[in-house]
Amino acid sequence: MDKKELQKTANTVRKGIITAVHGAKAGHPGGSLSAADIFTYLYFAEMNVDPKNPKDPDRDRFVLSKGHTAPGLYSVLANKGYFPVEDLPTLRHLGSYLQGHPDMKHIPGVDMSSGSLGQGLSAACGMALAGKLDKKSYRVYCLCGDGELQEGQIWEAAMFAGAKNLDNLCVIVDNNNLQIDGPVSEVCSPYPIDKKFEAFNFHVINVADGNDMDQLKAAFDEAKTVKGKGVSFMENQVGWHGKAPNDEEYATAMADLDKIEEAL
Amino acid sequence: MSEEVKKIATRESYGNALAMYGEEYPDLVVLDADLANATKTNIFQKKFPERHIDCGIAEADMTGIAAGLATCGKIPFISSFAMFASGRNFEVVRNSIGYPHLNVKIGATHAGITVGEDGASHQALEDIALMRTIPGMTVVCPSDDVETKAAVKAALDLEGPFYMRTSRAASPVINDKPDYKFELGKGITLREGRDITIIATGVEVSYALEAAEKLAADGTDARVINIHTIKPIDEDIIIKAAKETKKIFTVEEAFVTGGLGSAVTEVLSEKNPAEVHRLGMQDVFGESGSWSELLKKYQLDGEGIYAQIKKFI
Repeated sequence: MDKKELQKTANTVRKGIITAVHGAKAGHPGGSLSAADIFTYLYFAEMNVDPKNPKDPDRDRFVLSKGHTAPGLYSVLANKGYFPVEDLPTLRHLGSYLQGHPDMKHIPGVDMSSGSLGQGLSAACGMALAGKLDKKSYRVYCLCGDGELQEGQIWEAAMFAGAKNLDNLCVIVDNNNLQIDGPVSEVCSPYPIDKKFEAFNFHVINVADGNDMDQLKAAFDEAKTVKGKGVSFMENQVGWHGKAPNDEEYATAMADLDKIEEAL
Repeated sequence: MSEEVKKIATRESYGNALAMYGEEYPDLVVLDADLANATKTNIFQKKFPERHIDCGIAEADMTGIAAGLATCGKIPFISSFAMFASGRNFEVVRNSIGYPHLNVKIGATHAGITVGEDGASHQALEDIALMRTIPGMTVVCPSDDVETKAAVKAALDLEGPFYMRTSRAASPVINDKPDYKFELGKGITLREGRDITIIATGVEVSYALEAAEKLAADGTDARVINIHTIKPIDEDIIIKAAKETKKIFTVEEAFVTGGLGSAVTEVLSEKNPAEVHRLGMQDVFGESGSWSELLKKYQLDGEGIYAQIKKFI
């Protein structure tokens, strides 16, 4: 799908969000709209998913850790073909499968139930870990809110992901700087967000405009390659951007690569 | 009870059971939060290091990770002290495991007053109450080594969330009999009796048997029922006992409010009202002391149960 088509799809997804929230007479349009381009890019350009086979064990996974933006996820899933777009206005209605927050038991395409902030990233870590244990090549994407980063469990999960080298996990922070009680930076600032994730061993990419498809593409493409890949002490380390190893480091690096060779 | 009876803490049985079933269940993974030595999951860790994940001191994260693993077909057993596994963790268990009904097993060790010396901060008395409120959650409290191993096997064969509380206290092995059969949701009559029924769970089961022997010496014929599965509870065995022995006496080393005592009275008050006395922890926190001293103080040992029943009848 080219840029124009992605932009058109994102706009359709936005219409779905408005339709759903209008039908529900409640819900969270703001955070859904801010992430509409991210949802669209993920489901229409990035992720390896098939609406006809939503439980494929080899599929990429998505966890909406900021679960209150369910209208955004539902709209993209409907437009992708997981369920009828016509069902979107039943959001939050008694008897509808489109629950107020993502419900994996009843909504096709939802990989994890969420809604209680701070919990989704842990589940995403579990999915990424399962991929490692099973030697599968799928990737796990997790969308967090910036306000959500105030939850302590997020940082437990970030620490785990870094410590266990979950390089098949991609965390996206929708940095819209708004939470219920006001600007995120004023309520209880989580900034600098990038430095915090870097400290937990993440390869951090700052996207200047998260509503720009070109910038999203560049970021997601970069996320799939790891700086220093293959050499244990160089992976994700900014310091190895332009520096040569000494004799001892050379020996360790070659040993790391020998190990990979043996495994192959 | 004879001196030769083998005693083993059910947390130890839990660790042994995980190691025992590791081969048969390749999807079994065990998660810890820096307590592998205490929860005895280190026994599994030694045998299956690649399937043991230490999450560090981060119980909420461990619980969410287990949820994610379960969505990918793994059978995670998460392990921590009951205080953290059920209390600190309650809302994560509810929303990340209970609500999506994920196949996560919670191995909660160091439950109840028998934690002992660590004191009130570590003595989970409310775990049964908390876990019972989660729809679809199975709650089990095994009485000895044999039953703990059987419960782990049952958990592995059950699709859905499962909470098992084990104890730090050494429990006499009472179920090593050829006709022993563990079935989730089915109580076990360990001793027939006509005058009163003692319904016990976990480490209290052996003390209930001890009390029943003392009562027999006085001419009181006490029935003893082991309720290893507190949810779903065996209504039939409880109603039958109330019909036949009239008086019901429950025993647990946990809060009676929300615990086994509540579960039994819920059944009886709706279906077969009977005279019930609930022995367990009342509305107080625990305290430091050896587990045997604490059981004595709160009248939860054989002697204490006996004395309380004498007052009740």
